[in-house]
Amino acid sequence: MKSAVIVFPGSNCDRDCRDAVEKATGTAPAMIWHRESDLPDGLDLIVIPGGFSFGDYLRCGAIAGRSPIMGAVKDAAEAGVAVVGICNGFQVLCETELLPGALLRNAGLDFVCRRQDLEIANGNTRFTAAYQGGRQVNFPVAHHDGNYFADADTLDRLEGEGQVVFRYQGNPNGSARDIAGVMNARGNVLGLMPHPDRAADARHGGTDGLALFRSVMESAG
Amino acid sequence: MTDTLDSTADAVTEATALEHGLSKDEYAVILDRLGRAPNRVELGIFSVMWSEHCSYKSSRTHLAKLPTTGPQVIQGPGENAGVVDIGDGQAAIFKMESHNHPSYIEPYQGAATGVGGILRDVFTMGARPVALMNALRFGSPDHPKTRQLVNGVVAGIGGYGNCVGVPTVGGETNFHAGYDGNILVNAMAVGIADQDKIFYARGAEPGQPIVYVGSKTGRDGIHGATMASAEFDDASDEKRPTVQVGDPFTEKLLIEACLELMATDAIAAIQDMGAAGLTSSSVEMADKGGVGVELDLDQVPQREADMTAYEMMLSESQERMLMILKPGRESEAEAIFDKWELDFAVIGKTTDSGRMVLTHKGETVCDIPVAPLADDAPKYDRPYTPQPKTAPIKAEDIPEPADYGQALLTLLASPDLASKRWIWEQYDRHVMADTVANSETQGDAAIVRIHGTNKGLAITTDCTPRYCKADPYEGGKQAVAEAYRNLCAVGATPLAITDCLNFGNPERPEIMAQFVGCVDGMAEACRALGMPVVSGNVSLYNETNGVAIPPTPAVGAVGLIEDLDKVVGIGGAKAGDVLLLVGETTGHLGQSLYLREIHGREDGPPPPVDLEAERRNGEFVRRLIAKGLAHAVHDVSDGGVAVAAAEMALASKVGVAITARHDRANAPDLFGEDQGRFMVSVGESDARAILDSADVTVTEVGRALPSEAVIMIEAAGVVSRIPLADLRAAHEGWLPGYMRGR
Repeated sequence: MKSAVIVFPGSNCDRDCRDAVEKATGTAPAMIWHRESDLPDGLDLIVIPGGFSFGDYLRCGAIAGRSPIMGAVKDAAEAGVAVVGICNGFQVLCETELLPGALLRNAGLDFVCRRQDLEIANGNTRFTAAYQGGRQVNFPVAHHDGNYFADADTLDRLEGEGQVVFRYQGNPNGSARDIAGVMNARGNVLGLMPHPDRAADARHGGTDGLALFRSVMESAG
Repeated sequence: MTDTLDSTADAVTEATALEHGLSKDEYAVILDRLGRAPNRVELGIFSVMWSEHCSYKSSRTHLAKLPTTGPQVIQGPGENAGVVDIGDGQAAIFKMESHNHPSYIEPYQGAATGVGGILRDVFTMGARPVALMNALRFGSPDHPKTRQLVNGVVAGIGGYGNCVGVPTVGGETNFHAGYDGNILVNAMAVGIADQDKIFYARGAEPGQPIVYVGSKTGRDGIHGATMASAEFDDASDEKRPTVQVGDPFTEKLLIEACLELMATDAIAAIQDMGAAGLTSSSVEMADKGGVGVELDLDQVPQREADMTAYEMMLSESQERMLMILKPGRESEAEAIFDKWELDFAVIGKTTDSGRMVLTHKGETVCDIPVAPLADDAPKYDRPYTPQPKTAPIKAEDIPEPADYGQALLTLLASPDLASKRWIWEQYDRHVMADTVANSETQGDAAIVRIHGTNKGLAITTDCTPRYCKADPYEGGKQAVAEAYRNLCAVGATPLAITDCLNFGNPERPEIMAQFVGCVDGMAEACRALGMPVVSGNVSLYNETNGVAIPPTPAVGAVGLIEDLDKVVGIGGAKAGDVLLLVGETTGHLGQSLYLREIHGREDGPPPPVDLEAERRNGEFVRRLIAKGLAHAVHDVSDGGVAVAAAEMALASKVGVAITARHDRANAPDLFGEDQGRFMVSVGESDARAILDSADVTVTEVGRALPSEAVIMIEAAGVVSRIPLADLRAAHEGWLPGYMRGR
């Protein structure tokens, strides 16, 4: 499988994502600097990693969302390439409107880092098929702005169309309807606050995250 | 204090020198070395270089007693951080540093820049930072400022470390009225580098370009080092402008840019701009390289208009580095810093003059010899008067508690022992994806994997200030011994320590005696346990209105784990296990938490540390772990055997039963804090053989219960039972409740 990890100034999970994707798929992704305007040909997966792109000094993900590379990411998404945004990457995808909604400051106002149980709300996606019907996973969360917000109509639509992919079991941040991860209507762009890249190794306390990347690989054929 | 006049024209007198925190004698030395009066810029430079913070003038005499060498030591104290060999051509680079004064005045920025500063010390040497730790001491929970200080410090540490993307994996937090006027924020950073890619402040030669990189210089933090070298009084809030402001995003870029440049061989010497900023970094590199420096201050990237030479030389703006490059490598370096959108400016060159010459707006504003700044820094052998030994407490004066279980519950919910989840959940503990054990796993040491290997570094910070106050020498020994024990408890081979020595005003003989006692004790323990000191920092003048903090020589220790598959935590006890106690129990209650929290007494001598037993017991436990015989290990420290067993039960989610051995007066055994002890949970079938073959003192003290989720303490035929759920609720409840204002 051919994949790429986008690196912004302030990304800090780029290496973690590279390692997790390599472990899950057997092939190391290309690391793409944000100032590039083109992506490698023939990608099956683009990962937007976690971190604090541009320090999150403006709205989280706002500046990264306007980086040169994001034009190419949008084109790839429109062409059907799988895109996964994790944590700060989810925020970037919301800022670029590849995904609906926004991520607000956590309801408790504090940064929260904990191991988090999640329900797989839709097991029949390009990102969850390899869980083979499993309903529960544990990925760590670590964020200050993970409180998912969208208007009621959008939330109803997301739920109705099966676009809610992961839900919190024990909501850590006040997210609407316990939403931890959503995908676009076409089903090829996923954003989630929890870190599958930190559940990719027995030393992490679990390897639940690997099947997410494996799902993409299997769907790519 | 900031000079806005033409600095060269402004006359300096002895009074100006005193304003800068120099003594009359120190000023006389400056006059002698220069053969004239210094101007303002020169005086400013002398005053920060000779401040307590930069010169260690009160402590150097005694720091020399600490052992600093060993086969594992690649670089001891004197560089930005200590360097130890971890095998396979790699090195661990680490240091701990205080940011006490600024954190009290402005907790968020003070703590944040403390993290930033200690990270720079580590990556300046070529290491990628892999772990952060912090040792925090706050005032009494009842003090009106404490809650706000906890809130600000924790947010500051998290705000910086989380953004930079280095996991904060552990630490310790104490509360005591002794810190009401001066909190302690000690941050430790650990990094990993290849041994052939380590960078030093030494190494400059004449004729090399001096390059400034990172953030622009502003007017923040001017005289921070001098502020950190004085006591507080009621007007200390007015010192807020001396506190720097952190920019973790720029720090992250600086890490990546520096490591990218360090992959080449363009750097001759490098020093971060920490305390005393441009002054200290340029003087250190010039002094260590035996060269002179010429700086054109007009080339310094500036954040504000019309900065004077004095302001630029004393600014402590953060996220800046000074490098001396090999000639001709400037454009290669500049391209890297361009990519990361960081300022890059050639601001001068090294010379063979041995002088520090600064020009600003076409004028020479400073022309002084480098050598006296470092070599003639004052060094004081300050008088010290050891306090009398504390009288032992009489066991018969300490009534037994009505219910041992209730006493245990009270202890586990007391501020020092209560869960610090509210704090560590605000720290990203997993970024970099190599965290093996952290605050959440509750083990005695945090563990990070050495990336790409099955080896790990174990890290711990330790100090028991109440012991140090009662007996500085034993307390100093104990801080090192507990760090050694915590590394052994996870199966790590102890390598070396860094220290952060926090004390009051050294000009008072009783405070100086605390310092000397603690350092002497630490030196003895370091020698006995084979853990040399490779880096550290001294923070004096932690007092307000004449009241000093308890002596707090915080120790940060690093150990090596050769095989992560063998690691043991405290959460592995299995139902039916036998709980073994390694080490001698005499029932020492002096200075115990039990005495303080249950009986309201803070007296008696601290438990003595038998270093030979400490070493033997530690080695014994490491052997048990290496053989795979230990399911769980926990050091026995604050709160004694009962607390160790309860913590193991909470982490392992199994009940435990402890059986006391006396007919009466069991509190000393249950809650005493004798040193050199471990609780080890082993399989029932292995217990007999371990007990029979042990070459150190090992006794059976209890069992992990097969089914019941309770802590049972059986003493003289009476059984006290506390459901684990109640214990957990009390343990987890205190800090969040306190922070919500309850």
